[in-house]
Amino acid sequence: MPTDYAFPDSAAKTANAIEAPEFQTEKMSLSMGPSHPSTHGVLRLQLELDGEIVTGCDPVLGYLHRGDEKIAENMTYNQFVPYTDRLDYLAPLANNVAYACAVERLAKLEVPERCQAIRVICSEMARISAHLLGLGAYGIDVGAWAIFLYTFTEREKLYKLFEELTGARFTTSYTRIGGVARDVPEGWVEKVDAFCDQFLPILENILKLLTRNKIFIDRTQGVGIISKVDALAYGLTGPNLRGSGVPLDLRKDKPYSGYERYEFDVAIGAHGDCFDRYMVRGEEMRQSVRIIKQAIKSFPKGDWYAKDAVRIFAPRKEKVLTSMEELINNFMITTEGPQMPAGEVYFEAEVPKGALGFFIVSKGGGVPYRMKIRSPSFCNLSILPKVCQGNLVSDVVSILGSLDFVMGECDR
Amino acid sequence: MSSPAAAPATDLLAVLQARFPAAVARPSGDHPAFDLPMAEVPAALRLLRDEHGYDLLIDITAVDWDVEASPRFSVVWHLLSSTAHGYVRIVAACADDAEPTAPSVVSLWAGANWHERETFDLMGIRFTDHPDLRRILMWDGYPFHPLRKDFPLAGIETPLPDLEVADLTKASVLPAPMMGGPFVASTGEMNLTEAEPRAKDESWNERNTKPAVL
Repeated sequence: MPTDYAFPDSAAKTANAIEAPEFQTEKMSLSMGPSHPSTHGVLRLQLELDGEIVTGCDPVLGYLHRGDEKIAENMTYNQFVPYTDRLDYLAPLANNVAYACAVERLAKLEVPERCQAIRVICSEMARISAHLLGLGAYGIDVGAWAIFLYTFTEREKLYKLFEELTGARFTTSYTRIGGVARDVPEGWVEKVDAFCDQFLPILENILKLLTRNKIFIDRTQGVGIISKVDALAYGLTGPNLRGSGVPLDLRKDKPYSGYERYEFDVAIGAHGDCFDRYMVRGEEMRQSVRIIKQAIKSFPKGDWYAKDAVRIFAPRKEKVLTSMEELINNFMITTEGPQMPAGEVYFEAEVPKGALGFFIVSKGGGVPYRMKIRSPSFCNLSILPKVCQGNLVSDVVSILGSLDFVMGECDR
Repeated sequence: MSSPAAAPATDLLAVLQARFPAAVARPSGDHPAFDLPMAEVPAALRLLRDEHGYDLLIDITAVDWDVEASPRFSVVWHLLSSTAHGYVRIVAACADDAEPTAPSVVSLWAGANWHERETFDLMGIRFTDHPDLRRILMWDGYPFHPLRKDFPLAGIETPLPDLEVADLTKASVLPAPMMGGPFVASTGEMNLTEAEPRAKDESWNERNTKPAVL
């Protein structure tokens, strides 16, 4: 990318507006949201405006707070899986995987390679579908309607595949502690492969519609610049952090679920503006396809759940119906939950929005004593007051879209 | 900011103990973890950030160890090194069980602002020197800290946040009808009827009356 264009300095913009006496106006306060099409959910921004320029921004959260952490303390580990669907509801499979990996870290349980490969394929499909939605919605935010139609067509194909795998399009609840709910159906992997083949050229076409589009560039380049230092200070993760030029990707740097077996590149931005974050997401989709292709090529045979995890993974149905021990075991796991050792673990996975972390304090037994969910959207949004300052109201829309957050995850 | 590689756990303990003799290793299932006296946490986090490359403040949270326990609350910080890719967990107990406080680290990481607001909101830990310690997920004026162990899962009846609406409608925020939840059987000496999840119904349904306001 050329680097010779000058970025408008947002602080200087504000200073000019305040200094020029003929433009001096009374400050106005504007409540943007909670039901505003560009806030992607129920986020409310309490803006303080000087004319068109934002001089203050106070995000108001909590409209979607359901007390997930409190709920988690009152149910068994497996019962909480459906609640993870409802964190980032645009990529439920990725959340399922992150949660299962966190609890397995507590149990010091290794799942078989086939299970890991299934989880990787699921996570990457979820990443593609979440980025497709983010891209489509971002297009609408900045006035490019057609993108949305193309990305949603592709997303629909993914949802068909999710439905075939998990039985649900949206709330998949696919993982269990120590495995997944069921093995992949026959012929499913080939269908995913076929999807990837036809998806790549379409993705290029979709990105072509935006990447060199003058209107899109004008709305995004040089807008909402987040410096490397700021990105780290505010705890940004995921594409937003990488857009600012920090090459931190947990799949690469703290590999889990067998990510170390696959080759892929980590895309980073150069300027940290909205356009860079868009470019990073575009490239991530290409890399996700690359990972899925590799996972399918080397798709391992064998078990898809941890067979030796007797008190953790519920036995197969046919065994429950024929063996007394397995029946008792199934009963215990269902009523008291998978048995975990006491201890404290913190595990983070790279989900589409960033690093989704679970801090679990266990006193043993089937129910966590305390579970903190570290949601990437919450941290990513915390930079809003800083990054909106000095921008136009219309740029706020552009910035919100580029941060690509989900309130279900932010508010928990 | 120079970012040398993160030291392994034992070295990190030595590093911390050199400056903070009270630091002790904490049992942990995965990452290096250390217990520190509350007052020394900001200095220790600054040391880890500036000299050992832990440049990302991942999370701040708190644990309520039980209503009867003392110290009742611990605050937990998680740091990550963006270059060496290691986590570290710092835990400090709050001295006061009734009015727990902790020092704010907003001056070290701007991102600590919202984490501390959330911990204050849900757990009731006051962060001293925090620039703007308001509730973040619950509404302003909400009287409870829901993640504390003495707060019931169903919730407690609370007036609506908007007093005008509350006056007009005479409505309030009611505890959730649990209808047999929480859904986990109890273990131990109980007989089957008592151990059954439905026996633990903490809240109201068609037959039970509503719990009184706390």
